[in-house]
Amino acid sequence: MRKKPLSVGSDWTPELIMAYDKEISRLAADFGLDTFPNQIEIISAEQMMDAYAMTGMPIGYYHWTFGKHFVDIAQRYQRGEMGLAYEMVINSNPCIAYLMEENTMAMQALVIAHACYGHNSFFKNNYLFQMWTSPDAIIDYLVFARNFVAQCEEKHGITEVEALLDSCHALMNYGVDRYKHPQKLSIHEEKIRQQNREIYIQSQVNELWRTIPEKSAEKNAEKKKIFPQEPQENILYFIEKNAPLLEPWQREIVRIVRKLAQYFYPQPQTKIMNEGWATFWHYNLIYALYDEKLITDGFMLEVLDNHTNVITQLGFDHPHFTGINPYALGFRMYQEIKRICEAPTSEDKEWFPHLIGQDWRKAVDLAMRNFKDESFIAQYLSPKLIRDMKLFNVLDDDEKPDYIVSAIHNETGYKVIREALAKQYQLSAQDPNIQVYKVDIEGDRSLILQYTEYRRMNLDVSLNEVLKHLYFLWKFPIRLEVVDDNGVIVKTFSCPNKEI
Amino acid sequence: MSQLIDRRQSAKKKSTVNRQRFLRRYKQQIKKSVLDSLTKKNISDIAKDEAVTIPKKDLSEPRFRWGKGGVVDRILPGNKEYAKGDTIPRPQSSEGGASGGDASNQGEGEDSFQFYLTKEEFIDLYFDDLELPDMVRKDLGKMVTEKSIRAGIINSGIPVNINVVRSLRQALSRRLAITASYRKKLEKTAELLANLKGQDKKSQAKREEYLHKIEVLKRKMKAVPFIDTVDLRYNHRIKVMLPATQAVMFCVMDVSGSMDEVKKAIAKQFFILLYLFLTKTYENIEIIFIRHHTSAKEVNEQEFFYSRETGGTVVSSALEMVAELIETRFPPEMWNIYIAQASDGDNWNADSPYCETLLQKSIMPYVQYFTYIEIMPRHHQSLWEAYQAVQEAFPNFAMQHIENIEQIYPVFRELFTRKTA
Repeated sequence: MRKKPLSVGSDWTPELIMAYDKEISRLAADFGLDTFPNQIEIISAEQMMDAYAMTGMPIGYYHWTFGKHFVDIAQRYQRGEMGLAYEMVINSNPCIAYLMEENTMAMQALVIAHACYGHNSFFKNNYLFQMWTSPDAIIDYLVFARNFVAQCEEKHGITEVEALLDSCHALMNYGVDRYKHPQKLSIHEEKIRQQNREIYIQSQVNELWRTIPEKSAEKNAEKKKIFPQEPQENILYFIEKNAPLLEPWQREIVRIVRKLAQYFYPQPQTKIMNEGWATFWHYNLIYALYDEKLITDGFMLEVLDNHTNVITQLGFDHPHFTGINPYALGFRMYQEIKRICEAPTSEDKEWFPHLIGQDWRKAVDLAMRNFKDESFIAQYLSPKLIRDMKLFNVLDDDEKPDYIVSAIHNETGYKVIREALAKQYQLSAQDPNIQVYKVDIEGDRSLILQYTEYRRMNLDVSLNEVLKHLYFLWKFPIRLEVVDDNGVIVKTFSCPNKEI
Repeated sequence: MSQLIDRRQSAKKKSTVNRQRFLRRYKQQIKKSVLDSLTKKNISDIAKDEAVTIPKKDLSEPRFRWGKGGVVDRILPGNKEYAKGDTIPRPQSSEGGASGGDASNQGEGEDSFQFYLTKEEFIDLYFDDLELPDMVRKDLGKMVTEKSIRAGIINSGIPVNINVVRSLRQALSRRLAITASYRKKLEKTAELLANLKGQDKKSQAKREEYLHKIEVLKRKMKAVPFIDTVDLRYNHRIKVMLPATQAVMFCVMDVSGSMDEVKKAIAKQFFILLYLFLTKTYENIEIIFIRHHTSAKEVNEQEFFYSRETGGTVVSSALEMVAELIETRFPPEMWNIYIAQASDGDNWNADSPYCETLLQKSIMPYVQYFTYIEIMPRHHQSLWEAYQAVQEAFPNFAMQHIENIEQIYPVFRELFTRKTA
């Protein structure tokens, strides 16, 4: 098929963007990508900084922490210490993609392929996103949240709302259900529910904290009431439902923060898969445009130059090394799947028998839908890629004087490296495992948390500050017990600070 | 199916509220940083891009996160030399964790967070306790000057103000209007002429007629004058009264032996406050530093605040100098004149009546405002009494007594509310 290039110069126009989008959309459909409708928004650098500061939320409640991020970003950008991304994409339906105005036409096409078809299809089809986020409702919910917080500020003062949000933010990582499926929301239901909730929750809390002892107290003494019956991982949820002295509006704000935490929850767990997927598809889609002669050689060169930068992986000894580049690792892993499907070696046949002879489109699609970083690596990191990236494992044991290289890219090392890398992306490796263990309902109402030690790793000292925030919400003493592998309490932190 | 929205024009400054919340939250730290930097800066540099530094640890938000220690596996790329079982010596500094890998982008950052306040934010912060700025704008009079400004286009005027472009545009539209009917006829005739195919005599005659008609029409069109007096348009200029945008501020300070560093620091704060007030009103502010003991001298800021002098005190020497400068360099019709004087009240007794006369005769009639602060814990001396007499005579004269630096804001308020009282 011979066609004329869509454009020749480097300047973009709205018409050209739509023309490119149309072609890319057609090609994406040919490749079988399933996407939300796109809403492409052209924004300026300043607006991009706003988006950064709000961690990508198009609307958010007001809080100083966003201001801090904004000041920091603006400062660093103006000093030339950091560049801004070419795009930002929001997991919503329609899928909102911000494109920077200063991008060239080639870059706009690249980021459309990357964000509007790559990320977009990932958001729509990856199981974690499907399970934990409701892209149809998020914008409405953000509007609801912003209005609600603003109303609270009017009623109760900025300072009080701010203190509450500070405390909630400190516990945001512990405001997610990790294994349960939350209900989906819509703005209308949410409003009605919020009003009903106020009444209902308060009655429940009162039930729990009834101070008059029951008549059959002696009988119950044997099977002493334990609350909660099972440890709770979602600390904010626990606070929202059970904190004795919170007012209804405070519970609602706790809920808002927790809902947002839940919305963002899949993102850090699919960093490699998501960025890799988007990179893999912008590469393939732009190549397809080139094959159809819809773009010029110069255009292609610019795209390739940029693509190469994006997927550069610096060695560990490079002065600018900042860890494994998720774009690089993710992109290469999908490329590997494609390669193994199309041209497997005998090694691949041994390692990935299920991929041999498959249609690569189906194979990558399956991987995208059903995995998160941890399982994706455990399943698909190939020996060839370990060799190509020259991955090695360094064991850092604080009881040993030196680091030990425990595995390198050789026959005995592949499995070790694959497992260790997968573990790095495990939740328990990212956030310490801390759960609500017990409430002393008949005593001083103190709240007891337990941290189960993981490979003898300690908690950062800022935990004392977090306990203060928790105390602010619970309003009765807080204890954090550190428990070792055998279930023995080895250390206790408390707030207010009394004893060890 | 995609939709394209150009957002560039809408929803700008989305982060403004959050930025204000941030400033509000860290007001105390920011204020401290601002005040610290003020004491080191020159007066005239103040309020220009005020850099604020806050320790990073104050800004960090606590989370449950991993600390040091324990057993950690790290997968790193780019192995060149290591084989299984090799050991790598642990880096000496225990800071920021081990391999320089994962932690390095946070480990060695700056310890403080620095950013810039806008001039407005800075002034708001600085005058936070005063809540004065609006009052000042009302109270401080402004020198008025006459300025001629453009006021559109009119159709009469003097030749030098002719606006060529507008006049020609006018002429063009007049020509188009007048020739419109000719042009229509011309087009019609030309069309008839073009349609005339026959070569016979009748046609020939017709052709002649048409050609003649065209010729006449063309001449008629040409006869319309290219430019006419009715076309002429003139730039209109009117005179308006504008407040002069330049001001001069005289800082007068006693540097005799009795003025110690503490008193000078108070005086500096006082001068800064006045300067900041003036920056809200005037674009262009000149600062003149005059120090005096028994004789006065115009100096630069460095010398003004930091050089040491000893000896007696003759205040009139400084006032004489101010009067002279007003006469020679800062004519009151061009400059808004402000004077701020700081002293510990010491003066040679016989000099005080002369000061009073000087002020009454050759200074007060020409200045917008004269402020005097006396920094002294003791009773007043003859100068205070002399100045009190001036204060009664002139509403734009204010004086106050300060004992320590905490009093400076209230006193400043006092000085500037005096007039409305």
